[in-house]
Amino acid sequence: MRQLNPLERQGEALRYPPGDLAVWIFILAELSVFAIFFAAYAFTRMQHVALFDQYQATLDRTSALYNTLALITASYFVVRAVAAIRENRAAQSRNWLWAGVGMGLLFLVIKGAEYAHHFAEGVRLSTNTFYMFYLSLTFFHFMHVILGIIVLAVLAVRTGQGHYDAASHTDIESGASYWHMVDLVWLILFPLVYVMH
Amino acid sequence: MQYQSQSVAKLYFVAAIGLFVGQILFGLILGLQYVIGDFLFPAIPFNVARMVHTNLLIVWLLFGFMGAAYYLVPEEAERELFSPGLAKLLFWVFLIAGALTVLGYLLVPYSSLADLTGNDLLPTMGREFLEQPTITKLGIVVVALGFLFNIGMTILSGRKTVVNLVLLIGLVGLAVLFLFSFYNPDNLVNDKYYWWWVVHLWVEGVWELILGSILAFVLIKTTGVDREVIEKWLYVIIAMTLITGIVGTGHHYYWIGTPEYWQWWGSVFSAMEPIPFFMMTVFAFNMVNRRRRNHPNQAAVLWALGTAVMAFLGAGVWGFLHTLAPVNYYTHGSQITAAHGHMAFYGAYVMVVLTIISYAMPMMRGRQAANSNRSQVLEMWSFWLMTVSIVFITLFLTGAGILQVYLQRFSENPMPFMMVQEKISLFYWLREIAGLVFLVGLVLYVASFFVGSKDPEVAVEQAASPTA
Repeated sequence: MRQLNPLERQGEALRYPPGDLAVWIFILAELSVFAIFFAAYAFTRMQHVALFDQYQATLDRTSALYNTLALITASYFVVRAVAAIRENRAAQSRNWLWAGVGMGLLFLVIKGAEYAHHFAEGVRLSTNTFYMFYLSLTFFHFMHVILGIIVLAVLAVRTGQGHYDAASHTDIESGASYWHMVDLVWLILFPLVYVMH
Repeated sequence: MQYQSQSVAKLYFVAAIGLFVGQILFGLILGLQYVIGDFLFPAIPFNVARMVHTNLLIVWLLFGFMGAAYYLVPEEAERELFSPGLAKLLFWVFLIAGALTVLGYLLVPYSSLADLTGNDLLPTMGREFLEQPTITKLGIVVVALGFLFNIGMTILSGRKTVVNLVLLIGLVGLAVLFLFSFYNPDNLVNDKYYWWWVVHLWVEGVWELILGSILAFVLIKTTGVDREVIEKWLYVIIAMTLITGIVGTGHHYYWIGTPEYWQWWGSVFSAMEPIPFFMMTVFAFNMVNRRRRNHPNQAAVLWALGTAVMAFLGAGVWGFLHTLAPVNYYTHGSQITAAHGHMAFYGAYVMVVLTIISYAMPMMRGRQAANSNRSQVLEMWSFWLMTVSIVFITLFLTGAGILQVYLQRFSENPMPFMMVQEKISLFYWLREIAGLVFLVGLVLYVASFFVGSKDPEVAVEQAASPTA
């Protein structure tokens, strides 16, 4: 029989959804806000295709791609952190969480450079409808990355202090779920705003 | 009641109920003036009645919030109030300042009141809901600072709980945002822009934190559900409140001369504002279903559940009704707004204050945990009468609003404002009748404090097994 990975091994004992129900309701609420924003973007774009295509070309897709990789990597690290705590390896879990924080910070730096570039060119919310959506959507997401980083950092500190073990780590699962939501939103945002035309 | 100093809350609650009665009486006068324009003219003109009706509401809710804080903060912090004397002093300062202000509204013309109170030195008067003379506003700041000092010192040196923390954040936010009432720029756009920082960020921001923490406190006490569970809900509810409510301010920025992106921001974020209220409803019912005991004060539990439902309907659903920019283009400033205002204020803030009064008052009046059966039955009657009549007031105003929007703004041949007012007068009459029923409910509510006070208390049932 092949070696089961830690997630599978405890699979039967896992509660679904992992983490706290209240946090899941919160996640669903957050996803609804983004969904409405995305829908608004899509419908508005249908009416201004030329304008959206023209200004979409001014976005830095390479940076956005790096940022996508940063967030996916962060999510992977967070998965490892959950897996580690389920095996009672708190120190490793803590390290994975800090690695996730690092990737989140990398995202902020890259995104910050993008903003600096756009602002230097005089792009503002009122410049045109495309930039209004671009800035609003990405900045709203940016704020979520910051919140996600804070959540991961708090969890890392608390994991280091020995608050969690294999039997009790709902907070880590909740925080991880939240972080995956932040990642997921970007995975929709990136193609929608940067790539599709 | 575990700490002697909690009893200062009683003063605040009594004053709150007294001013509540005043607010409703002026509401009835005002409602009648919609259909009989010169009713009580010139003694109480429409604009004065409206000002008194809305200002009394705000003042009595503030009394209620302060009373709630004085009651629950010591119990949560597990220590006596830092200074009960200061709390009593500030009570009288606030009550006298409030009474003088209302008398000023009623007895002298508004412009004379402005002259009398030196408004020209620092002009802040003349704006809806912030009509108070500058000197009264300064008084409010002094009272708020003293109050926050008192509450803050109690919390800092006592047990720190999430309920206390959220309440404190809400109260500090309330005080800080009120400072924008002193900012009165000449530019009308800027004026309105920052005016909403008081008005909107109060009721759709920091007040919701106060509401959430009071509700959480009462639910902890009446259901016996673990504090951790309730605190967790409180966290996600206030997070969602702030995420949606702060940017949701944008739904007031559609047509006042602010940049166009507010139409998007306001629409998207405020469309989500019902979510925290919905979570509050789920939360309250969940906790009551998972209760570990049947609290003898069933009236308080009823108020708590009522708050959760009515806040969702009034603030959430009726707010959503006209929050999207394309809809609001037609509906802003119509009777739809009035409908929303009535149910939201009643459902969220009136009811939560009545919840904490219902929970705390019996103990402050010497009961173990609850009033007698007769008193509670009467209180529940008042609950249903007031709640059902506010539903009808809201429905009638919504009907009036839909008709108004159609006739005045949407139809092929729009009619002038006053002609439309005549066309919708039937709804105003119906609203006035519902208002009278509300008054009956309020009278029963007041009576419930005096009925059955000799009767034995409803027994404390320590049933450990939950029904659900």
